[in-house]
Amino acid sequence: MPGSMVAMTQPVQQSFNPYTENGGTILAIAGSDFSVIAGDTRQSEGYSIQTRYAPKVFRLTDKAVLAVNGFAADGNMFVKKVKQRLEWYRHAHAKDMPIRAIARLIQTMLYARRFFPYYVYNILGGIEEDGTGAVYSFDPVGSYERETCRAAGAAQSLVQPFLDNQIYFKNQTPAAGTQFPQHLPLTSVLPLVIDSFTSATERHIEVGDGLEIYVVVASGSTSLQGLQNLRGVQEVTGTTDGERVFVIRRELKKD
Amino acid sequence: MDHFPSNWGRPRNDAIDQYATYPIHSRPKDSFAEGVQRTQQPIVTGTSVLAFKFKDGIMMAADTLASYGSLARFKDVQRLHAVGNHTVVGAGGDMSDFQYIQNLLEQLIVDEISAQDHHTLSPAEIHEYLSQVMYARRSKIDPLWNSLLVGGFKDGEKYQPSNPRRPLPLTVYLRFLAYVDLLGTTYSASTLATGYGAHIAQPLLRKAVESREEILTEEQALKIMEACMKVLFYRDARSLNKYQVATITKDGVKISDSKTLDTSWSFAENIRGYGAQTQ
Repeated sequence: MPGSMVAMTQPVQQSFNPYTENGGTILAIAGSDFSVIAGDTRQSEGYSIQTRYAPKVFRLTDKAVLAVNGFAADGNMFVKKVKQRLEWYRHAHAKDMPIRAIARLIQTMLYARRFFPYYVYNILGGIEEDGTGAVYSFDPVGSYERETCRAAGAAQSLVQPFLDNQIYFKNQTPAAGTQFPQHLPLTSVLPLVIDSFTSATERHIEVGDGLEIYVVVASGSTSLQGLQNLRGVQEVTGTTDGERVFVIRRELKKD
Repeated sequence: MDHFPSNWGRPRNDAIDQYATYPIHSRPKDSFAEGVQRTQQPIVTGTSVLAFKFKDGIMMAADTLASYGSLARFKDVQRLHAVGNHTVVGAGGDMSDFQYIQNLLEQLIVDEISAQDHHTLSPAEIHEYLSQVMYARRSKIDPLWNSLLVGGFKDGEKYQPSNPRRPLPLTVYLRFLAYVDLLGTTYSASTLATGYGAHIAQPLLRKAVESREEILTEEQALKIMEACMKVLFYRDARSLNKYQVATITKDGVKISDSKTLDTSWSFAENIRGYGAQTQ
């Protein structure tokens, strides 16, 4: 077998790899009239922590927040391009693009690079035009669907089963004569998000340092109470009417 | 020992042939074999660059060695480059690509001066420019094979274009320090290191600098930098005991003459396998 001998003895020239993996995890959960989008702030390559604060979650409009995870350079460029398209839309139509349109925009932008993909997993969260909380999740080439909750990134395999159990009540049986709720209130969702990340930090080396939780709340939602007097909450809403956006920052373990 | 003079001084490909263990007939192919080609691997390389924030600005250091594989080829090469009056760019990786980057930056500065609008580029803007260049080149699969640190003292942390509503911090920080590499990956932190330094010096820097960024004086910063460069010289086989330090403060950029490290090797006598041993 001369062919296989050549393969064994001849070293192959290692070609330039334009991708790397920068760790971290993101997740989003939709409520009935709010949406929570969160991500840790560690950026790493291999066993090295590059920085303890590199945001992965970005406010696009007052009703849409985008979380990106995977190859950080692609992620930053992708967010930049999405923001640019949203600005052009604003100039053309004098309003913010609705979230389901942003979702379709993201799908076409990702698929446009089908043969040299952005190596990024996207999760888009926010408020739909009918006032309901929405989460859209994407794969790197643009396949997407609307869901109630989704985790992505390094600790996806740790967090998603936990969310399936706690949000979708998978593998749980309701007590006789009762039913599981379709949507959880914000007061239950926030602790689940924080617990997801503290647990992922314990068990995954690429997760930790800091946590940024964006909360998008529909106008007139009852979720607003209790949110404003939360520790470390900051409002980042751009306009004065309509949906409101908040960020909650927490520390995670740094080891 | 390689007994073939034609192989002497040729860079090994560290990615494949880390310890020169391949027999000569099946060596990874020569970098120049196909004439002009894209940078597929760095040829003449610089090693680590270190930088961190201190009370009055940014301090950055790099040794003056440009290696050709394991050969210490050029021993007086400046790897810290001032861009305008507020910024320094430090480079590891391929030195010819770095010279090209220096050229780009020089053109950029000339264009800015020509505008005569009294605007000068901030460190953040120079870093953004570099990251777009680096990302564009990696996207053409024709990378500029460098890890760059950009340090400066002008618009720094107060630059938050993404969110006009967020109130600026009361104390306006003017320091800027960020990284960009051949993949277009960027990040910022109060201590940064490229190459081997990211593994060896970064932990030392974090311990010495983090939470003391507002206290450290220039003298203290210089001590920390010297200690780190010394450890790197002892441990990094592609380093040199000659280095330069750049300080960027409100007074502008200052790049020192090359300094020499005092090192001690007398301990080697007592280590088996290091010095001349009888047995």
